[in-house]
Amino acid sequence: MSTARPRTMFEKVWEAHVVERGTSGAPDVLYVDLHLVHEVTSPQAFTLLAERGLPVRRPDRTLATMDHSTPTWISGTPMPVIDGAAATQLGALEANCARHNIPLHGMGDAQRGIVHVIGPELGRTQPGMTIVCGDSHTSTHGAFGALAFGIGTSEVGHVLATQCLLQQRPRTMAVTVNGALPAGVTAKDLILAIIARIGVAGGTGHVIEYRGEAIRALDMAGRMTVCNMSIEGGARAGMIAPDETTFAYLVGRPGAPQGAAWEAAVASWRTLPSDAGARFDREIVIEAETLAPMITWGTTPAMGIPIDAPIPDPTATDGAQHARAIAYMGLTPGQRLLGQRVQTVFIGSCTNSRMEDLRAAATVLRGQRVASGTRLLVVPGSQQVKVAAEREGLADVFRAAGAEWRESGCSMCIAMNGDRGAAGEYIVSTSNRNFEGRQGKGARTLLASPLTAAATAVAGVITDPRSLTPSTFTAHAA
Amino acid sequence: MMHAFTDCTARAVLLPRDDVDTDQIIPARFLTTTVRSGLGRALFADWRTLPDAPAESRFALDDPGVQGAQILVAGRNFGCGSSREHAPWALTDWGFRVVIGASFADIFRNNAHKNGLLTVALHEEGLATLHRLLRETPRAAVTVSLREQYVTVGARFRANFTIDPFARRCLFDGVDELGYLLARAPAIAAFEARGAWTTGAAA
Repeated sequence: MSTARPRTMFEKVWEAHVVERGTSGAPDVLYVDLHLVHEVTSPQAFTLLAERGLPVRRPDRTLATMDHSTPTWISGTPMPVIDGAAATQLGALEANCARHNIPLHGMGDAQRGIVHVIGPELGRTQPGMTIVCGDSHTSTHGAFGALAFGIGTSEVGHVLATQCLLQQRPRTMAVTVNGALPAGVTAKDLILAIIARIGVAGGTGHVIEYRGEAIRALDMAGRMTVCNMSIEGGARAGMIAPDETTFAYLVGRPGAPQGAAWEAAVASWRTLPSDAGARFDREIVIEAETLAPMITWGTTPAMGIPIDAPIPDPTATDGAQHARAIAYMGLTPGQRLLGQRVQTVFIGSCTNSRMEDLRAAATVLRGQRVASGTRLLVVPGSQQVKVAAEREGLADVFRAAGAEWRESGCSMCIAMNGDRGAAGEYIVSTSNRNFEGRQGKGARTLLASPLTAAATAVAGVITDPRSLTPSTFTAHAA
Repeated sequence: MMHAFTDCTARAVLLPRDDVDTDQIIPARFLTTTVRSGLGRALFADWRTLPDAPAESRFALDDPGVQGAQILVAGRNFGCGSSREHAPWALTDWGFRVVIGASFADIFRNNAHKNGLLTVALHEEGLATLHRLLRETPRAAVTVSLREQYVTVGARFRANFTIDPFARRCLFDGVDELGYLLARAPAIAAFEARGAWTTGAAA
């Protein structure tokens, strides 16, 4: 026993879920503990089941919600769904869940919300699990020490029918963040800096484990923000070892084990962290003290810079792509983004729509007004976040500042639900993707933290949150 | 179910860009569909131009000469971004059977192979040569052999490629992965019966 080879957390979780090891190059059959389902990537998978007359193997390990194509602007009933196709899609999920006895948090449900917000919120996301969803930001759940990754619709069908996936084992990558983040620098800035460092494909084929003092100091919302954007660096999954912060978040949540089962679960979760001496295929080290609030200037999440830095010149290898990005964004190399006029600010998405994110934004917005000529959308990640934010007075802060306070959903992150930007608009967004047209055809997205977004909304121009009084964000140094 | 991939000789469409993300391949506003067919009309929707646009600003797919093309030749990290399988559905519905690039995003590659769309990763020098050749001779016929794992353009170009052997076998034989998994039902049931690996099911 004592001579066992030291293993990474990823290896422990993977090996515990191998139903059948692949031989002669075949992938492993990997068991899935929790399958999250939403309306956009599931209908064709349910059709596959229907065509083959297959049942859902484990509805009790399946959880559905509606988030991508749902409207967030609720002015009355029935819901003003964007169009007939979206309505049909929502109806299909309802019918499929009813047919297969899958629990669904549908429209009007107090626990509905963005799939990557409600899994943790309900306590269904737990350390050591394998979690999949037809959504690339499933990496979010790795914040709990789960192995969580996005899959395509064919694979959604595989998991519905067999609770398993055929998977080649990925490689491992350690990203160690030493020291403490400076005031005004958040988890969002940290992950944008990591992606700028490794590149948009730097993590391809790897599962990242984030470790080090700065990671340990993050609350669960911050850890989810970091893991959420692993896919933007090409990694299908990101993981953070569970610790007291994780257990304190989970205890008492409805989906979490209770009583003696809780104690047993925590004891087993404590064995998950990577063993001393465990080897990773790649290692990156980042010093937190060197980081600043980050913002993206281009059309991939790796095109990020410290907020007060100039937009870089093209390099020898990225000339054509750099030129395309610059042209799309209407910016110039060497230009500084501070002071750039912004038409829309979006605070929301599975990256930054939790209570901690809304509190950070509210510290900046309290007693302030959104600049004239700028609109601010604040979209909570779930109906539970919405209610909690209203109870805590955050919604009043946003409304008093002139922001639009919405129902929960993916909203303007994916712009397929009625919320979107106009062509040519500059949008500072707390979401995860700044691809061309992501927030509306021709709309120009600059990714940033909730603090930066809120500061920008008040000024109407891109603003460094560190220029505000330091007391504003001392509570949010994480 | 999935059709076996047979070797392919066809015209190629050159899209010499890196990091082509799934939002470009098919923008999110087309994702409210509940079927997988008919998405070719949405392929690269925001990059499409009118067929009478000047040649220098015309998007590659709008060149009237691309009818019948089956091979898309891109750059690095093709298919990054979301997990939407609508991306390969749109590519195959348009008529593509192969995407050649320097590298592919993981989820896109998996999704592509499950739909009989072969991804071929060439080393960068070979890919640069292929790009140059297609710029010079846009209507050149490109051959992709999965059987022997090479790409050729007549006698003017040849590059070998490697591919995950299981993915190759699945493409080649049209292996039904769901059928493969369903056949593991006894092993899955035994795994579930052990039950001690984790918690997770709803109470």
